[in-house]
Amino acid sequence: MNASFAVQVGALARRSVFRTIRQPAQVVPSLIFPLILISINSAGLQKVTEIPGFPTDSFLTFALAIPFIQAGIFSVANGGSDLARDIETGFLDRLALTPMSGVSLVTGQLAGVLALGIFQGAIYLLVGLAMGAHFEAGLAGVPVLLALALCVSFAFGCIGIFAALRLGTGEAVQGLFPVLFVFLFLSSMNLPRNLIEQDWFQTIATYNPVSYLIEGIRSLFITGFDGEALALGFGFSIIIGLAFLAASVASLRTRLTRT
Amino acid sequence: MSFARYRSVALAVGWRNLHNFFGNPALLVPSILFPLFFFVAFAGGLSRVADLPNFDFRSGYTAFQFSFVLMQASAFGGVFTGFGMARDFETGFGRRMMLAAPHRTALLGGYAVSALVRALFIQVILFVIALIAGMQIDGGVPQLLGMSALGLLVNFAAVMWAAGIALRFRSIQAGPLMQTPVFLALFLTPVFVPLNLLEGWVHTVASLNPNTLIVESLRGLVSGEAFHTGAAFLAALGLGVVFFTWALRGLRAAEAAGG
Repeated sequence: MNASFAVQVGALARRSVFRTIRQPAQVVPSLIFPLILISINSAGLQKVTEIPGFPTDSFLTFALAIPFIQAGIFSVANGGSDLARDIETGFLDRLALTPMSGVSLVTGQLAGVLALGIFQGAIYLLVGLAMGAHFEAGLAGVPVLLALALCVSFAFGCIGIFAALRLGTGEAVQGLFPVLFVFLFLSSMNLPRNLIEQDWFQTIATYNPVSYLIEGIRSLFITGFDGEALALGFGFSIIIGLAFLAASVASLRTRLTRT
Repeated sequence: MSFARYRSVALAVGWRNLHNFFGNPALLVPSILFPLFFFVAFAGGLSRVADLPNFDFRSGYTAFQFSFVLMQASAFGGVFTGFGMARDFETGFGRRMMLAAPHRTALLGGYAVSALVRALFIQVILFVIALIAGMQIDGGVPQLLGMSALGLLVNFAAVMWAAGIALRFRSIQAGPLMQTPVFLALFLTPVFVPLNLLEGWVHTVASLNPNTLIVESLRGLVSGEAFHTGAAFLAALGLGVVFFTWALRGLRAAEAAGG
């Protein structure tokens, strides 16, 4: 059973990874766009570091966590659209005729998104350092950062898979893109939560799990190894991922029953 | 006779686009929500920026950000109208319109009319939300009308830019080509802090960007302290003329390609 599961996941994962690599239109914008934005915003908001209590004197270092989340949001659109295309072309229906389990189908589809997530994380770190950002956690922090990037991609990738299974079309999945950006905007992306002046905004940012994903990644750049921030970052990303994975498997079952 | 036919074509195209826009929640809702979320995220999340030394804007940070969001919403109203134009040409409807219209420039006029109405609609919603949020307005009615007019000129320039792309590519796949340059041109202005507080390369680029003149003038109007208003109107008008020429050449390209 376990060997069979591994074979099933492996086959789909291989297809998912190659499919991602073969679509530069997916890979390039998700790499370039966050870097352009951070480059503009870090120059525009550098003065913010003069606010008393701001945790670093480099806004670039502070903001370098944001591309990791933007990459996650791209992974919703990319991973979800790929699966939606499988649904639209009938490939998913053909898979349904095989003995493949629902869990292996969903996890296999995530492989491309996860591989891209690690690649993006490494690029953002290298470009950030080249631009002059500090990475307080040092060499030992690199695998932790990449593991957290992987978890963030897992969380957002599962949201994309769930959306594709529920909505069934690539156009509808792409429509989620701005909605997810709202979660990013209403988080602690531009200021630490304790420095946000508006109480209502601070409350929203505190209840917004994206704040904790950002703060987990940010802690590695600014403070080194902050156990609480990392635990919250890993914890929320894994919980979000598992919740949407379970929901995806349930949705898949419903969709295949309908088929 | 000729003007009457021109007007009837332009109004028919404009009406059709507006009917699609107001009748389709998938087009209407993001157009309203996206600028609102930018406004909320920037004005709410970054209000502490107003405490920075040398940040002198008497109407407060909400009004400071409102001016940028007004410009952004106006510009994107134009770009999104360009999406509709690209879709019309992709599906062959644009070709049929070109066969039917005695003056094909009237098609451009129609799309421009619909973009202006869209922008005006979003502007009214933004003003209402800003007033509910307690935005301080120190300018009088003429200044507010001036802000709206300046926004509409930006909208005209943006729709002509997008139309030029739509007519050359005649495919919705050119969408990123329409919106990414506009997005960058808008964000390479003093978005978060006044120009004098920007540092490094962004300060240089923002100083040369005509949109900086426009956003600073909008801020001057809302605060009742006119700032290069005439020059800003001239800059917006100049952009409109340049991109109108660009769209006309696009129209010729579409005619040469057979629509």
